Amino acid sequence: MKSKALVVTLVVLGSFLLAGIMLVMWGVGIYNGLVASNEQVNSHWSQVLNQYQRRIDLIPNLVETVKGYASHEKQTLENVVNARARVGQLTVTPEVLQNPQALRNFERAQGELSSALSRLMAIAENYPNLKANENFLQLQAQLEGTENRIAVERRRFNESVQYFNTRVRTFPHTLIARIGGFPPKAYFEAQPGAETPPKVKF
Amino acid sequence: MRWLLILLCACNLRAIEPLVLHSRATDATGTLAISELQQLENQLAAFESKTSNQIVVVLIPSLEGEEIRDYAIRLAEKSKVGQVKKDNGVILVIAKADKKMTIEVGYGLEGVLPDATCDTIIRNIIRPKFRQGDFYGGILAGVQAIMAATQGEFAAPAKDRPRVLPLAFLLFVLIALFMLFLFGGNFYNVSSRGYRRGHWGSGWGGGGWSGGSGWGSGGGGWSGGGGSFGGGGSSGSW
Repeated sequence: MKSKALVVTLVVLGSFLLAGIMLVMWGVGIYNGLVASNEQVNSHWSQVLNQYQRRIDLIPNLVETVKGYASHEKQTLENVVNARARVGQLTVTPEVLQNPQALRNFERAQGELSSALSRLMAIAENYPNLKANENFLQLQAQLEGTENRIAVERRRFNESVQYFNTRVRTFPHTLIARIGGFPPKAYFEAQPGAETPPKVKF
Repeated sequence: MRWLLILLCACNLRAIEPLVLHSRATDATGTLAISELQQLENQLAAFESKTSNQIVVVLIPSLEGEEIRDYAIRLAEKSKVGQVKKDNGVILVIAKADKKMTIEVGYGLEGVLPDATCDTIIRNIIRPKFRQGDFYGGILAGVQAIMAATQGEFAAPAKDRPRVLPLAFLLFVLIALFMLFLFGGNFYNVSSRGYRRGHWGSGWGGGGWSGGSGWGSGGGGWSGGGGSFGGGGSSGSW
């Protein structure tokens, strides 16, 4: 009698233990999945930053070349230099993605640089000697390619954030996301014209 | 969240659907003669079997208002030109009615075929011929310039590599099986879903499922090898 009760208790305890272990394992599985897609977002974010950095690196050469032919377009040149300086002061760590306002600031500064560059390339059209300069043409091609890369990486980044956010907001992932500390992330808002690169070639 | 999705859908509706490519040289405009198209295909196939680089030429009638680079990158993502992990694909897209063309370069060839080189090829090699109405000549000269720039970058894989199953791999499989058993299938589900959805398009991870290398077939039944593009290249008009 006694031993039978002991066996029953052991079996019940054992199955609770087993269920508990399975629950934990299941949670760990979901957690690992969240970690993976979190890393995915971070790596896409760093791709976006790489391409923006590539654009920043192009600017000094571009400004120098244009200056050589169109030195009295001071205002336009200065706008580019200033916008570049502002972009240089931005915070770019993945923590930015936790803060929609910070990402909007990032985007506004980058957008200002885009339009300053776009205007610079537009005025360059008025200088036939500049337009015929091989160095300028190469820089123009590099800038066009970079703007295109930025657009591509931004789109991929947005897609990975969308995927991540959908996961952390849906049951049962949302439970694990709350416990594990995975808040939803900010992404680039669709502004009119933001999905296509600015025009830098005419 | 939802409105972004709706917006994305709206964009997709507006944009024209990229062609499905069945060969390296595709002409949807009827500009090139059959023999010219075949010759081009043969050259591209020969180059691919020598270097593993996939160069693809596509002529479309019109962009219907879309940006040529947007179209080209979507075509590149869809057809996955280039080999998995090498990402060594190049696409030359020509939109005849718009008089626009672009060269899109896969991640792996951006070093040997930088934007400025693409621009030079378009401006100095292809454009003059197109202006004379010589489409075949322009394409051929352009493709040869692309080949010249990219031929040293990758080599075709050796045909029969000695196959030794390394001990580490066996061990890995055993451990993986053990883990699978341990996590009751859940671990596998979560991680594989994460990879499938999350990693597409980037040069690592998900590329494997897109069909491996479809090259060496010469003509019909050709498909891209799984390469990725990041927006490198250049465009121009004539």
